[in-house]
Amino acid sequence: MRTIWIIAKRELATFFDSLIAYVILGLFLGFSGFFTWLYGNDIFLVGQANLRVFFGIASWTLFFFIPAITMKMLAEEQKTGTLELLLTKSVTDRQLIVGKFLGSFLLICIALIATVPYVITLSNIGNLDNGGTICGYLGLFLMSITYTAIGIFASSITTNQIVAFMLALFIGLFFHIIFGVLASNFTGVTGQFFDALDLQSHFESISRGVIDSKDLIYFLSVTLLGLFLAETSLSKRHISK
Amino acid sequence: MNIQIENLTKRYGPQTAVNDISFNVKTGEVLGFLGPNGAGKSTTMKMITGYIGIGQGDIRIGGNSVRETPDTIKQHIGYLPENNPLYLDMPVMDYLQFCAAIQGLDKTAIDGRIKEMIGVCGLNREKHKKIGELSKGYRQRVGLAQAMIHDPEILILDEPTTGLDPNQIIEIRKLIRDLGKEKTVILSTHILPEVEATCDRILIINKGTIVADGTANTLRKQAQGNEILRVRIEDGDSKMIQESLNELVTVKEVNFVNRDNNLFELQSESEQSSKREIFDLCVQKKWVLTELTPLETKLEDIFRNLTMN
Repeated sequence: MRTIWIIAKRELATFFDSLIAYVILGLFLGFSGFFTWLYGNDIFLVGQANLRVFFGIASWTLFFFIPAITMKMLAEEQKTGTLELLLTKSVTDRQLIVGKFLGSFLLICIALIATVPYVITLSNIGNLDNGGTICGYLGLFLMSITYTAIGIFASSITTNQIVAFMLALFIGLFFHIIFGVLASNFTGVTGQFFDALDLQSHFESISRGVIDSKDLIYFLSVTLLGLFLAETSLSKRHISK
Repeated sequence: MNIQIENLTKRYGPQTAVNDISFNVKTGEVLGFLGPNGAGKSTTMKMITGYIGIGQGDIRIGGNSVRETPDTIKQHIGYLPENNPLYLDMPVMDYLQFCAAIQGLDKTAIDGRIKEMIGVCGLNREKHKKIGELSKGYRQRVGLAQAMIHDPEILILDEPTTGLDPNQIIEIRKLIRDLGKEKTVILSTHILPEVEATCDRILIINKGTIVADGTANTLRKQAQGNEILRVRIEDGDSKMIQESLNELVTVKEVNFVNRDNNLFELQSESEQSSKREIFDLCVQKKWVLTELTPLETKLEDIFRNLTMN
């Protein structure tokens, strides 16, 4: 556990040292703030004291930003050879993957925590739906771990960061949109199957305030699957063809 | 901790990187791992450190198979990979701190160890810079520092002195020698004098198989076979000298090196020396013997002979 924490801490420190963290935080807050408060279908237009608008926007910004955070995680280590350095120390493949996952997730947490002023502002304007807000954040966190795991997996199978980024977006796109579209195009068992895979519907049901074990299991299992595949992909180096 | 390598084989597709090699390294021994590029040195080192899986055969470290317990063995090994990969955007101190922590060093011991390593590797002036700002030699020192930070019993160093200046090379070699007294060290290199200066034993590997194993002296003896002497005799007819030399019982073959100043290269019969006979011959014929040098086979020649075919 200590090893995982050391790796996660280093990742987080690297984000802040290399300005990536500030760019990501700035853009995330800029985008979500702009669309939540100032433009288009914003909170004032909706006229309700809830953060539904923000959760919708944030789910899209995170969808794009998480691959940008995770793309270098393993791809760069493999390219520069530092992976060899790490894995010949007292670090198992699993500890490394979980450490990297935790490091990325912590940065996303910081981004989400930085939006707490939205909550405070809104609760001053009107009568805020506290339960709904907490559930909305929970949904964002669950979505974040899922996309982080997918991003780490994408980063584990290539040494090129751009490829890792595109691949993570591509896989994410299935969960974010395509499964949903397929679900609405098919009926019966096939439709139900795709509906079960669709991330948006699980996210929406949580951010509406309904915490169902079905949704929790969905997010956790996709996350674990992503991390497991990343570990498998790392361990491929042992196999002699 | 001893390292035992038993019939180790590793294949990449149709290519056999390491082909059925076996050797032991004892505690207190510095083993020099030599071989041309692509001979399988790094592959073997990667298997010992547990970075890549073992094909066939086994590696035992302190009696435990790397196959069965790779993760607990790792903390006894310090490894400097080839090309010395480092986190370029990290300051030296932070990086060493990270390495020490990840190797499971006690929090109270970390600062002391870092100070020691910075002293040993001569990093004091650069310790607050980012690794990316350092020159190649200093990066190499950081690489060595991270390999030794947890005071491992086994050190695996893939070309440890590349990029260092001559003074630093001598210091690092001395350091490796000192470490080698109580630890097990395997180092690979292309610099042959380095092997003589630091290693107790030399292992030459070519195309995945071991072609020589022994101290520098035993390798020389094996490669040399017969005694070879370089002889220069003045005040005599070159043809007559050659004939007389050839008539000596201990001499097998005489060749001219330079006909004008009577310089010969002469091979003795196996297990015999002709130095005395040559001297006596010159006294008897009143020739002046101005040079009589035994020619040692250089390590370079041994290396070329073993790896060129």
